[in-house]
Amino acid sequence: MAIATEQPAVDLREPAGWRRTKNRIATAAMVLSFVVVIIPLGFVLYTVIAKGASAIGWSFLTSQIPENLSPLGTGGIGPAVSGTLEITALATVMAVPLGVLGAIYLNEYGGNRPLARLIGFMADVMTGVPSIVMGLFIFSIWVLHFGFSGLAGAFALACLMLPVVIRSSDEMLKLVPNSLREGSYALGATKARVTATVVLPAALPGIVSGALLAVARAAGETAPLLFTILTVTSVNANVFSGPNTSLPSQIFSNATQPYPGAQARGWGAALTLIAIAFILMIAARIVTARFTRYSR
Amino acid sequence: MEQPEDIATSFRLPEPTAQQERVELVPSGTPIFDVKNVSIYYSSFKAVADVSLSIYQNEITAFIGSSGSGKTTVLRAFNRMNDLVAGARVEGEIYYRGEPLYGKDVSAIAVRRRIGMVFQKPNPFPKSIYDNVAYGPRVNGERNRGKLDEIVERSLRGAALWDEVKNRLKMSGLSLSGGQAQRLCIARTIAVEPDVVLMDEPASALDPIATGAIEDLMRELKSQYTIVIVTHNMQQATRVSDRTAFFSVLVNPESDTRTGTLVEYDRTAKLFEDPRDDRTKAYVTGRMG
Repeated sequence: MAIATEQPAVDLREPAGWRRTKNRIATAAMVLSFVVVIIPLGFVLYTVIAKGASAIGWSFLTSQIPENLSPLGTGGIGPAVSGTLEITALATVMAVPLGVLGAIYLNEYGGNRPLARLIGFMADVMTGVPSIVMGLFIFSIWVLHFGFSGLAGAFALACLMLPVVIRSSDEMLKLVPNSLREGSYALGATKARVTATVVLPAALPGIVSGALLAVARAAGETAPLLFTILTVTSVNANVFSGPNTSLPSQIFSNATQPYPGAQARGWGAALTLIAIAFILMIAARIVTARFTRYSR
Repeated sequence: MEQPEDIATSFRLPEPTAQQERVELVPSGTPIFDVKNVSIYYSSFKAVADVSLSIYQNEITAFIGSSGSGKTTVLRAFNRMNDLVAGARVEGEIYYRGEPLYGKDVSAIAVRRRIGMVFQKPNPFPKSIYDNVAYGPRVNGERNRGKLDEIVERSLRGAALWDEVKNRLKMSGLSLSGGQAQRLCIARTIAVEPDVVLMDEPASALDPIATGAIEDLMRELKSQYTIVIVTHNMQQATRVSDRTAFFSVLVNPESDTRTGTLVEYDRTAKLFEDPRDDRTKAYVTGRMG
């Protein structure tokens, strides 16, 4: 074309120099960080699968817990699986609704009131309380009066989950654009209705993810259960009374045994726990996908 | 209204001419809103000072003026949306069909069911198109599926959106383009059959074709509703409105605060062709703001 003839040359390449160097440094730093993060994660997964996979089987997941010195293949971790599922479920039922309601109060109703500020502050403080202290707390106010039970363990786990659920739900509710609230108010909706039909559905995917992280964290807790459920070797189906056991407690107890069979069962229990957390994550993804049909 | 003299003397700009007198000159239909000496505060900040005007039934009234002149603040006072802003306070009186809008027993919820609002940025709910339109009727207690179907179709037709979405009512309201989303918001607003529709720069985020569609729609809706529209676009005001109110900013040099106020209110043709106030003239001829 004729117009191309008289054009001065333009150089559109990335200029050499400090900016290019900065770009390279930043890229390298990011790759390095990623590798640093992924190595321990991969190593943990590899070790647990390598040492625990051989133990896994239907009978391992359902049988009673054998004597510590019995070899791998006899008995299993049935009581720990059922205990973890029951106690975590009970704790979730207690902590998640309460936490979400608390976050709704903080974000939608409380505003800058002293009560709201106090609750927000206490939730932050509670996040920092060591889990073993939660166990001791429940031990002193519940176990001393009513004895060991799965319920007591659930109380302790719920205390751990509550601040996490409040804070994560609060953040998600903050992300809901005010224009949606205004749109609803402009149609004559009451505050409760705006919250229930517009704000909560919009924030739900994030709330579910946050709650799930709290559940997964609680399911892996050992310390709060030490003083609240003890350990047992046969299934205690009644979560409301009598000592119970859980996967983390079982891992802790087996890991300190000198017997190879008990240690192998501990690895198997660890793999089971990871698998449960993994299944929970996938289930939550499916559930939230159903709720977010309209979010894009 | 407290200390009107104080405002007049503390600003350097020429004292606004008596607006009340001006309003009397305008031939009136049925006034829907009577605004009397209204000032609006956000905490201690005075956003709007001393506005008086009347809005008439089945007319489109446009609010024009530069940013910060208080148009939107006054508009939001009409359906008490300012109640949602902490620290917002209205002084003076706004009468809606003769009732004081800020009266003691008046419920903001009841007000908003009669006085709907379309916002600057389209804000469809993250729900299906159907549920977006049915939201208002459901808020009002309508549960009958057949009736809701009817309302949804009528409202979407009213907002000139039906033909585009009738086969995908179950799709997300967020899947629509900007212009469609704004018409969805209009359908959502008229689904509750409000008395008044307030529009806060409804076309400012839209392209000229979508803007034209919204303006056609406003002219059609006028026969059933009273419309008040805030716009930055003076051509839009001349195209659609029957009356225009020009707002301007007063700068208080002592405290360096800016307060909006009503400068002139008249029939649109009159205000644009033969404004009484020099500030209006400067603004509509493009020499200011």
